[in-house]
Amino acid sequence: MNNYLISGSPHVHGGESTKKIMYSVIIALMPAFLFSIYYFGFNAVRVTLIAVAACVLTEWLIQKFLIKGECTIGDGSAIITGMLLAFNLPSNIPAWMIIVGSIVAIGIGKMSFGGLGNNPFNPALVGRVFMLISFPVAMTTWPAPQPLFGSQIDGFSGATLLGYVKEGLSKGVSASELTIYENIEPMIYSGSLGEIGSIAIIIGGLFLIFRKVIDWQTPVIIIATAGIIATVCWLIDPTQFVNPMIHIFGGGMMLGAFFMATDMATSPMTMKGKVVFAIGIGALTIIIRLWGAYPEGMSFAILIMNAFVPLINKVCKPTRFGNNPVKQ
Amino acid sequence: MNPKRTFPKGGVHPEENKLSSDKPIVTFPTPKQVIIPLGQCLGAPAEAIVKKGDEVKVGQLIGTAKGFISANVHSSVSGKVTKVDEIMDHTGYRKPAIFIDVEGDEWLEDIDTSDKLVGEITLSREEIINRVKDHGIVGMGGATFPTNVKLSIPKDKKAEFVIINAAECEPYLTCDNRLLLEKPHEFLVGVKVVMKAVDAPKAIIGIEVNKLEAARLLDDIIKGDEYFSGIEVQPLQTKYPQGGEKQLIKACTGREVPSGKLPIETGCVVVNVASTYAIYEAVQKNKPLISRVVTVTGKSVKNPSNFLVRIGTSSMALIEAAGGLPENTSNIINGGPMMGKSVSVNEFPVIKGTSGILMMTDNEAQPRKVGNCLRCGKCINACPMGLEPFLLCRMSKNNMFEDTEANRIMDCIECGSCEFTCPANIPLLDYIRYGKNKTGQLIRSRNQK
Repeated sequence: MNNYLISGSPHVHGGESTKKIMYSVIIALMPAFLFSIYYFGFNAVRVTLIAVAACVLTEWLIQKFLIKGECTIGDGSAIITGMLLAFNLPSNIPAWMIIVGSIVAIGIGKMSFGGLGNNPFNPALVGRVFMLISFPVAMTTWPAPQPLFGSQIDGFSGATLLGYVKEGLSKGVSASELTIYENIEPMIYSGSLGEIGSIAIIIGGLFLIFRKVIDWQTPVIIIATAGIIATVCWLIDPTQFVNPMIHIFGGGMMLGAFFMATDMATSPMTMKGKVVFAIGIGALTIIIRLWGAYPEGMSFAILIMNAFVPLINKVCKPTRFGNNPVKQ
Repeated sequence: MNPKRTFPKGGVHPEENKLSSDKPIVTFPTPKQVIIPLGQCLGAPAEAIVKKGDEVKVGQLIGTAKGFISANVHSSVSGKVTKVDEIMDHTGYRKPAIFIDVEGDEWLEDIDTSDKLVGEITLSREEIINRVKDHGIVGMGGATFPTNVKLSIPKDKKAEFVIINAAECEPYLTCDNRLLLEKPHEFLVGVKVVMKAVDAPKAIIGIEVNKLEAARLLDDIIKGDEYFSGIEVQPLQTKYPQGGEKQLIKACTGREVPSGKLPIETGCVVVNVASTYAIYEAVQKNKPLISRVVTVTGKSVKNPSNFLVRIGTSSMALIEAAGGLPENTSNIINGGPMMGKSVSVNEFPVIKGTSGILMMTDNEAQPRKVGNCLRCGKCINACPMGLEPFLLCRMSKNNMFEDTEANRIMDCIECGSCEFTCPANIPLLDYIRYGKNKTGQLIRSRNQK
């Protein structure tokens, strides 16, 4: 008599795995990475590699010496955190700052809560906001793009598009005058690694939607909410508020909407919850941008909404089967 | 035929692997010995009424139902009872069973063993239900609920629809499909019998579109014969768990069975294909439930087959006939891969609920490494009952049974869609089953107070 494996049903599995999901996200980040190399040259590679290496190493050290658990760096999530952190940084930031940011992102943002899946806040954004507060000058000084091909872009002002708009408006310059194309042209390719290539990010995002790693609803609702509020303000007073396209395609809107707000561990689990979460991010982002002290509000908006996720999960339950009275 | 429909929420689409769908049903030779377990249905096992040394005939009653939810057991062969003893059945528990050595093939005289189709239904409603009860018919999809209980409609309720579960949404299994293709007329008369028994004017046959050949065949017969008017074929999307009772009712009629209630609340009675055929045989041919079609299959099985088998035949005999036990078999499943039960031994008797014997090799059945929950929400999207499997799993793990009850753990139909889709390979359903068990105890102890 043989003894066979006893296991509870189901005996087959769909084949999806954490590793596959994580490596899909890494693949989806590649277009944006290549785009940043094109515009920032070797520096883009430098920043990204340092951030990824520091994140993976931090996770490995913590697993090995503090948690003394199984090595988890193979799942690829630390690589994503490193890439996303790098995409939030200026290309000329010193290496030691990147390393400090990575340690905070992985150590405090993720591993202190018990590793992948248990962290309430997006680790890359924890690292980014920590760096923004700790190194305010380095984090807001934007170098001139150094394309791989062709010459340095002329007339560079050292500000991102959103920073330039914020500064101009505070000096009393009319919004319509500020956003004449000749004035903003040099700023279009200024900013962090992941801020400049909206199209590349959308391509990566579409791949993730197609691959069913993320839902289309979250990014679309975030962008739509922000877009609608910005449009309404612009229609009411075009001298005080800039063209909504600047808000949609400027700053970290695309990167945040497609890659950060869709982070599985830190976003709600039901579709209803995701809608609430996305509307919150879109609205908060635009409120911070229009009326807050910072020119960019995506990271803060996502972190604030991350804090609401447990509450959203509690309130937004899925529609139960058999809850409705019988229709005759 | 109507356009195809489906249930609205959740569900998954596993690889279909219907390896034996074009293999005709082969009548399996009567074995030398059968072991007929007395507990073949949900509820109490039957009580043996034969003893060692008794001579029995095919179709003779050998175990009587004990209690309301229980079913009669009949001898599937003729011969001599050698012992009444305990065996380990497919559930892994030791259960009483009757051992019979086969001598000849002598049937009870009043059983119609001819192949002739008997279309005219002469019995009354009560007589049909009594016949179904006497002949030990149970739900043959795997749940083995006594069919006579299902057909007895409470006085204050009215059956509007008979819904025939021909979805066969389990991967690999093909026994219902083959039965529909080879015995369509008998099956449809069976549907008429059920309609008469529950006094329903309409019947809907819900069938997944991966069995389009069978669906078309049935549709043609119904359209060509006035006798079958009132029966309708409803094609369904190929999606698991389309054959779940509540999902099937929703797909076929748009009605939702309220939480904690039975299908009759929506005016529906759901019967499986194999049971319908067994009802036909019992009512029209006076033949008790002594045989069934079993799919013997697996990716590495040489010759996946559909066998018409006498109840009590050894599983090993079927496996041999399908080309032998494949090397590296590590998992034998009684039923389909989504809801079937794995068996620790390869020798167990075929019972009324055995729809398939599935063999999986080492690399198919390898236990997967469990990771952290990513909170991705895939289990929520997959759950056809609108539950939160990850939450129920976590609460069950922490013995929080008031909370599991509030989060409707008792609504879980144990389809396994959540676990199938979990990227972290968390054994969600194992924990939820445990939680259901404990929550059920909690509810019962509260009700007793």
